[in-house]
Amino acid sequence: MDGKVTLSHGAGGELTFEVVKRFFLEKFLHRSAMDGVGLDALDDGASIKTKNLEIVFSIDNYTVNPIFFPGGDIGRLAVSGTINDVSMLGAKPVAILDAVTVEEGFSFNDLELIVNSMKEAAEEVDVAIVSGDFKVMPKGKLDKIVIAACGVGVTEKGKIILDSGAKPGDKVLVTGTIGDHGVALISKREGIEFETEIMSDTAPIWCVVEAALKVGGVHAMKDPTRGGLAGALNEIAEKSKVTIYVNEEKIPFKEPVIAAAEMLGLSPYELLSEGKAVIVVDRELAEETLNEIKKTKYGKEAEIIGEVRREKPGYVLINTLAGGTRILEKPIGEPIPRIC
Amino acid sequence: MWNNFLQGYRNRALALRIAKMITAKAQTLEKTKIMHFCGTHEYTISYFGLRSLMPENIELVAGPGCPVCVAAIEDVEEAIQLAENENIILTTFGDMVRVPALNKSLWEVKSEGFDVKVVYSPHDALKLAEKNPDKEVVFFAVGFETTAPAVAYEIIKAKEENFSILTSLRLTPPVMKYLLESGDVEIRGIIAPGHVSTVIGFEPWNFVSEYGVSVVVAGFEPVDVLLAILMIVNQVSEGEAKLENEYKRSVEREGNIKAKEIIKNAFEVTETIWRGIGRIPSSGFKIKERYSYRDARVKYSIKKEIKKTSMPKGCICDKVVLGKAYPTQCHLFKRKCTPRNPVGPCMVSTEGTCYIWFKFGKQLPSPLGL
Amino acid sequence: MCLAVPGKVLEIKGERAVVDFGGVRREAIISMLDDVKVGDYVLIHVGFAIQKLDIEEAKETLKLWVSILKETT
Repeated sequence: MDGKVTLSHGAGGELTFEVVKRFFLEKFLHRSAMDGVGLDALDDGASIKTKNLEIVFSIDNYTVNPIFFPGGDIGRLAVSGTINDVSMLGAKPVAILDAVTVEEGFSFNDLELIVNSMKEAAEEVDVAIVSGDFKVMPKGKLDKIVIAACGVGVTEKGKIILDSGAKPGDKVLVTGTIGDHGVALISKREGIEFETEIMSDTAPIWCVVEAALKVGGVHAMKDPTRGGLAGALNEIAEKSKVTIYVNEEKIPFKEPVIAAAEMLGLSPYELLSEGKAVIVVDRELAEETLNEIKKTKYGKEAEIIGEVRREKPGYVLINTLAGGTRILEKPIGEPIPRIC
Repeated sequence: MWNNFLQGYRNRALALRIAKMITAKAQTLEKTKIMHFCGTHEYTISYFGLRSLMPENIELVAGPGCPVCVAAIEDVEEAIQLAENENIILTTFGDMVRVPALNKSLWEVKSEGFDVKVVYSPHDALKLAEKNPDKEVVFFAVGFETTAPAVAYEIIKAKEENFSILTSLRLTPPVMKYLLESGDVEIRGIIAPGHVSTVIGFEPWNFVSEYGVSVVVAGFEPVDVLLAILMIVNQVSEGEAKLENEYKRSVEREGNIKAKEIIKNAFEVTETIWRGIGRIPSSGFKIKERYSYRDARVKYSIKKEIKKTSMPKGCICDKVVLGKAYPTQCHLFKRKCTPRNPVGPCMVSTEGTCYIWFKFGKQLPSPLGL
Repeated sequence: MCLAVPGKVLEIKGERAVVDFGGVRREAIISMLDDVKVGDYVLIHVGFAIQKLDIEEAKETLKLWVSILKETT
């Protein structure tokens, strides 16, 4: 792979997958440990097995820009995102390690605000922040602050939930409105900025996942962060080798998210959410799971949006508002506004 | 949708009923090709899966209507040369950033450290010039008659010295005439671009019916497009070929007089290149002499030599753009040519026919009730 | 080639107006239209209003087609 890294390689779409496959998957020899889930699964995290437990890990780098945005900041995002990645594997988050790197000259007041947000998000799910690192880079060598965070969770052995668990006949639900975080960020971007009440939905959603797990029918879960809903659904369809059908009328969006997507020529299915999950659940337990989720703090607007079939494995098909059908593709790079 | 008058134009029951009517009316017709000119119509058709609602003998073919597909390589090359100058902030619509010119795209120039910014409006580009007085801001203006007035407004009204415009603006009637004149395209109906017509009016499409082709100006909601198809199918079954206006809520006979005046004030019409098609007389907008201080080609003395653009080897985008071929008839499609590494222009743009056929798929199971 | 979306005029400031697209507000230039009033629906393309939308007409067209379709399908 010659040439240079572009922003699109970091957007969580096909280009990101190419980099991960070419530079990591193909290079590393040992890709799993202690009989656990490893790199090959390319899931939200990995695991190791002990006598009767499965310990789940996730790691992510948070480089959001701007670092303070309507509805949150990079601190809340780092802790919530880490808690959510661990939750997506069906594991109860118990600990977080974080590495904070700041640029020389970064204000301590801002650092305090960010760390307070980390504290609040962790305390919402009573997860311990057990270890970390703090580094400073010379002025101009880093854009303000970057936070890397590793999450640790536990589940009973064999109870881990992977993207490859969806079964034909299952129902597909989302735990709330899609694309809020994406629009909140874009509204601040120079050259395309606009006013809106849309706030980022950044939140630790273990309580939602826990409620769903209690019902007992969860087969697969994915948080629609980078790559949006289209990315998450395609990943589940590919890894489970199933077809996913969604009904566009059922997908919950806040109205300003659709307004912003249409004004800028963006697909609402590629916009980020940072406090939502796609959950694939056994058909018989779908309604019950939905009701339990709706009782939780972050699951009030959950909806069943479609179902799993087998005719075209690896495909996501959408029955559109106009009644037609089309393929919902995995995004290639980052969403870029267009006029045509 | 808060603007409830629009809600009806996305009503699934109404859309399906119109589709049923199209199917019923089309039963007695042979294969009928209907071409839409606008990339945004192609987006509506693909995004709402309207092809899966069409009977076998009604074909929706995309014409040369997406600015990315038709922008000449020279224009993109000029934008790249300007961007590769430390002192210039090159601003553009998002559509153009991934278009490969001779060997790289504006996005790759950005990754080399130069300043390339996506803007929503030419007015945002101007604001960047105000905010960065020590830098030069160039706006790469790509589009058709819908976008021309906005660009003209900035050419005439902008005060900032450090702001100039690189134009790649085209007119649609000339290329439609060129297509119909070439004759070897059996198009029976044309869906004319609704927002171009909002500016230039529906009058300019009258000439189409002289070629025995029905023409309907349409809006961009799914019901708008389905109604336009129904109106064309009705005409075909009556053996008629005339101009109709479906997009009455926005398009009038003369269009937007003020917008047309501001275009005339800032631009003259000249010959220009359409990528994959070649040179078409009086089909491009050029900044007038008196505003040369706003013209990036004059300010930075870029000379624009016009030469026939050839398609990359094996690429049939020029036929696809004119509706003479489908992407599936190109042996590069989905093999060497994918959205990941596009060969021809129609695979690069999110409006390009090849991209949309790759992404939204054409051969689909019949509509599935959920 | 021309994505344009309808917005509602909230406030007018000379050549410019604040337009609401449904919970998203942005300024647009309205000098290419005549006597734009607060509450009008305008069609916005790249930050410029290119038409005042005729809402009654939009409703009429829909009603007309719904009745035609009812008779025939």
